[in-house]
Amino acid sequence: MSTVTETKPAPPRAAKRQASVLFDAPGPKARMRHNILTLISAIVILAIIYVVVARFDKEGQLQGKLWKPFIEVSTWSDYILPGIGGTLKAALAGAVLALLFGVLFGLGRMSDHRWIRIPAGAVVEFFRAIPLLILIFFVFSGPPTIANALNREFPEVTAFTALVISLMLYNGSVLAEIFRAGINAVPRGQSEAAYAIGLRKSGVMRLILIPQATTAMMPAIVSQLVVLLKDSALGWIISYEDLLNTGYRQIPTQYGNLIPAAIVIALIYIAMNLALSYLATWLEKRSRRSRKSAAKPIDVSTVPGAGLTGEAPGMPSA
Amino acid sequence: MNWNVLLDFSPLADNSDKLLSAFWANIRISVTVGILSLVLGTLITAMRVSPVRVLRVAGAFYVNTLRNTPLTLVLLFCSLGLSDTLKFRISHTPSINFFWLAVLGMSVYTAAFVAESLRAGINTVPMGQAEAARAIGLTFTQSLRMVIMPQAFRAVIAPLGSVMIAMIKNTTVVLVASYYEAASLMKDMFEQYGATLPIFIGFAVGFMCLTLPTGFFFNWLAKRMAVVR
Repeated sequence: MSTVTETKPAPPRAAKRQASVLFDAPGPKARMRHNILTLISAIVILAIIYVVVARFDKEGQLQGKLWKPFIEVSTWSDYILPGIGGTLKAALAGAVLALLFGVLFGLGRMSDHRWIRIPAGAVVEFFRAIPLLILIFFVFSGPPTIANALNREFPEVTAFTALVISLMLYNGSVLAEIFRAGINAVPRGQSEAAYAIGLRKSGVMRLILIPQATTAMMPAIVSQLVVLLKDSALGWIISYEDLLNTGYRQIPTQYGNLIPAAIVIALIYIAMNLALSYLATWLEKRSRRSRKSAAKPIDVSTVPGAGLTGEAPGMPSA
Repeated sequence: MNWNVLLDFSPLADNSDKLLSAFWANIRISVTVGILSLVLGTLITAMRVSPVRVLRVAGAFYVNTLRNTPLTLVLLFCSLGLSDTLKFRISHTPSINFFWLAVLGMSVYTAAFVAESLRAGINTVPMGQAEAARAIGLTFTQSLRMVIMPQAFRAVIAPLGSVMIAMIKNTTVVLVASYYEAASLMKDMFEQYGATLPIFIGFAVGFMCLTLPTGFFFNWLAKRMAVVR
């Protein structure tokens, strides 16, 4: 601990000179070197682009007729828009259910009763440790098989239901850990003060901890929802009619334009995810600006606790 | 009533050799992808923190593209697009070809996340450390080697561990790139024996045997190497 008064960081004297942790502000020699490096790297990057485009051209992937379907209204209205609708429908339903699941099990894991805490923890850790794909397979075909063998009636699980339930279980478990970390990130003094003024356990949680934790958790929650949106593409494997399925199975079957389809579909996914990520960044800035919360924004990658299978920020399972 | 669907573990025991070889495929892919994605991720990070603007932009483009594309699409592009349409074949033996295509797809995808963690690690090193290193006259390589990298590397272990665990779980998606591994085997066993609970539990435990120790290891390493600030 230093007793020296903290001095404010010196105002940037010259804006054009920027030193980073790794590189000092460049002098004339270094600037020359950087210019040469810029030239070389530009040439290398252009060469890579040229090789890729040449390959596309050689296999005839740049022909206009392969790209033309994407400027036709019918392609969009028959395939791409319903596909986006399917993806968003699954992602939205999954997100809502996962948030509920996360709150329930996140709170359950913090319960004072051991008979709630331990089962909730086991469920969360189990679903976090297994791949989403095998969960989807089991939810898709497991319940009918089991019900049949036990002589019970069970309606067939649709691809949509299987996908949404699996997304809920997997992402809900990750969200449960985020919630727990968020609540734990509120300094202990806050709940101690709340108890001291006579609030009960539920009041402390509802009035003190949750409002402050929400601010801190928001960015982590939104990045997990990006993951969920991307994970919904796994619906391809059980033939759910999502963007990947309509755009990358049905369109190429019709027009034989696999490469252009892949590029267009990828761009749509990227646009959707970037929109969500910008929302996350905006929320993070906002939560940092309003200093109402005593809790620091939490980072998904550093979610502590028994969670041994932590998720990286935005690292999806698919 | 037929309780076998809930209690009968014999399908797993009967197919133990297949199980082992299927999980061995996942382990093989994980290890190869782990190494390749670390190499590629380091390269991308070097680009993203370099003083050359063109490289920074290219690195950011790479990371943003791959990070926001579903892995399913990346792998499908590798199998259907690269191999079948563009005739880009790594080997003439189909199984080897699909193995390397799956590894390629997963590596380029995972590298984007590795690059993000590495960059975040470098950003945790306070500016004052670098300034102090320059002030005592260390050259660029010296300050990198003795001051910045040791600190950045330690901060990176835990996030990198999460990336690797997610990568191990992601190896199931290579199913779409026509490579046979544990998830494909589970699907086949579901078709053969019906989707029973014991089969699912068996595969889930199999994956937990891969992910949990990896998590323990990285957690232990991160705690051991943590920098106290």
